Amino acid sequence: MNRIAGVLLHLFAALVAASTALLIFAGGLVTSTGSGLSVPDWPNTYGWFMLTFPLDKMVGGIFYEHSHRLIATFVGLLIVVLAIWLWRAEPRRWVRRLGYIALAAVITQGILGGITVLWFLPDAISIAHAGLAQLVFCLTVSIALFTSPGWRRAYAREQLPLPGDRTLQTIAALTTASVYAQIMAGATMRHMDAGLAIPDFPLAFGRLVPPFWNAQIALNYAHRVGALLVSALVLAVAGHGLYHHRGRAELRRPSLLLLVLLAVQITLGALTVLSGKHYVINSLHVVTGAMVLGTSLVLTLRAYRPRFRWVGSDPIHGSTQGFDAPRDWGLRHPAAQACAAGTPRRGARA
Amino acid sequence: MAAALAVGAAPAATAPIANPVDAATAGNAAGRITFEGTPPKPAVVRMDSDPNCVRPGATATDETVVVGDGGALQNVFVYVKDGLGGLRFPVPSTPILLDQKGCHYVPHVFGAQVDQSLEIVNSDPTLHNVHAIPAANQEFNMGQPLPGIKHTHQFRTREVMVPFKCDVHPWMRAYVGVLDHPYFAVTAADGSFNLKGLPPGTYTVEAWHETLGAQTQTATIGERETRDITFSFRT
Repeated sequence: MNRIAGVLLHLFAALVAASTALLIFAGGLVTSTGSGLSVPDWPNTYGWFMLTFPLDKMVGGIFYEHSHRLIATFVGLLIVVLAIWLWRAEPRRWVRRLGYIALAAVITQGILGGITVLWFLPDAISIAHAGLAQLVFCLTVSIALFTSPGWRRAYAREQLPLPGDRTLQTIAALTTASVYAQIMAGATMRHMDAGLAIPDFPLAFGRLVPPFWNAQIALNYAHRVGALLVSALVLAVAGHGLYHHRGRAELRRPSLLLLVLLAVQITLGALTVLSGKHYVINSLHVVTGAMVLGTSLVLTLRAYRPRFRWVGSDPIHGSTQGFDAPRDWGLRHPAAQACAAGTPRRGARA
Repeated sequence: MAAALAVGAAPAATAPIANPVDAATAGNAAGRITFEGTPPKPAVVRMDSDPNCVRPGATATDETVVVGDGGALQNVFVYVKDGLGGLRFPVPSTPILLDQKGCHYVPHVFGAQVDQSLEIVNSDPTLHNVHAIPAANQEFNMGQPLPGIKHTHQFRTREVMVPFKCDVHPWMRAYVGVLDHPYFAVTAADGSFNLKGLPPGTYTVEAWHETLGAQTQTATIGERETRDITFSFRT
């Protein structure tokens, strides 16, 4: 695979990630409009093969549910192509494996989506469907990052090896995990119909702490407290990145983006409550949550970039460039073996 | 296209049950249900998410609280909640019809007996899904993509009430009260109801409304007596 093919692979992976975000938005619309059961059968649609369902029959809730299924099918096909492309062209075994995992995850996600329809949206399955959607998104974002020219050349040859910042690594990883936990809390709240259990914002029934409790109020309040914790972590990681690594664009940019997305996300969360869960605002809140997660993940992975060792030249970016692998992964692939046989570059890590 | 599909298992083959009530001594519980105070203005239902539901010049209104002249409250399900003891009643052979017409369920509130056939018909030139969300009976969700399609269902267990919804058209709601006896009624436009043919005895009568809640009264009915019962709801 030459350099152009490598860039094309990265652009395709980025397209897959963007399509996955669109799919999450479409899924948010399904939940927010209560359209999840507007198509009672699966994988068919009212008895039609899904792709032949007449467009003029996409009315009411069917528009949201069937659109979600069509976009999901499109994303599934994109991930199939991505996995095959990685299998055929990607020299790093661990990246190829990520493609396989993404493929398995999106197939599982489709089955979960079908089961939740056929079983009348049980909370556990619907929440798992929402949670796995975020993992599929994370996988596609990761693949897009790992195939990027920046990742391959470690952002600037003259900076090699990148300085490892254990503080940044720790806070970033903690932030990413917290954002995911917060998204799961939100999904649980949404699917258990607790989004308006506390009807006011920013207070809860006019107080800092709700004066009375039930399961739905507890879920809603947990999501709000979670938002505070995530905000603190985002501020910490972005502040750290901007203060200590302002010269490194690959860390500065996601740090800034994280701050912007956090502000947007909190605003959307407030508007979701104040608008009585308007379906567009609610869905934007869902997809912005995915954006926060994806951005935090990119920052985390870039913070950990020095932990990926240098094993030789990169067949995609030319012999003068590096080739990375965590520990000894990837060396069985012929391309990787060819790379490893070359003279290790400056900064090679064991 | 007309199609008929059976949903649910066929009724178990059991010996026919005779009506245990002596018609010569049976009485009635009749009355009227009213809404007290200023009734809420019916909200306009926007049906433009499906052009097939929109009728030019017509305005559809919410069916939740329908109040007529003199505060007459429509669509209240009135039934004998308790007092019949161990009496068993025959299941009517006539099916109940639930139609989907003008993107509304017709009727909006109705009753059926356990094991009585319920025919659900799509009379609209659009798709509906029929989604029943019972607590004690089996939940189901079936598609009716073409006009004329009919499904038949029987509820196996007493349950007041079983909600129906169409997820395609979220304003569509219906409620069925499933009972093991025939003593139920739904208030008409004038708020009236009549529970006919009750054997003499003391009964708990409940009036259920989808948003205004439920009220109960105890009534004793003598031989051939028509007992007057009134309920009054408020928000």
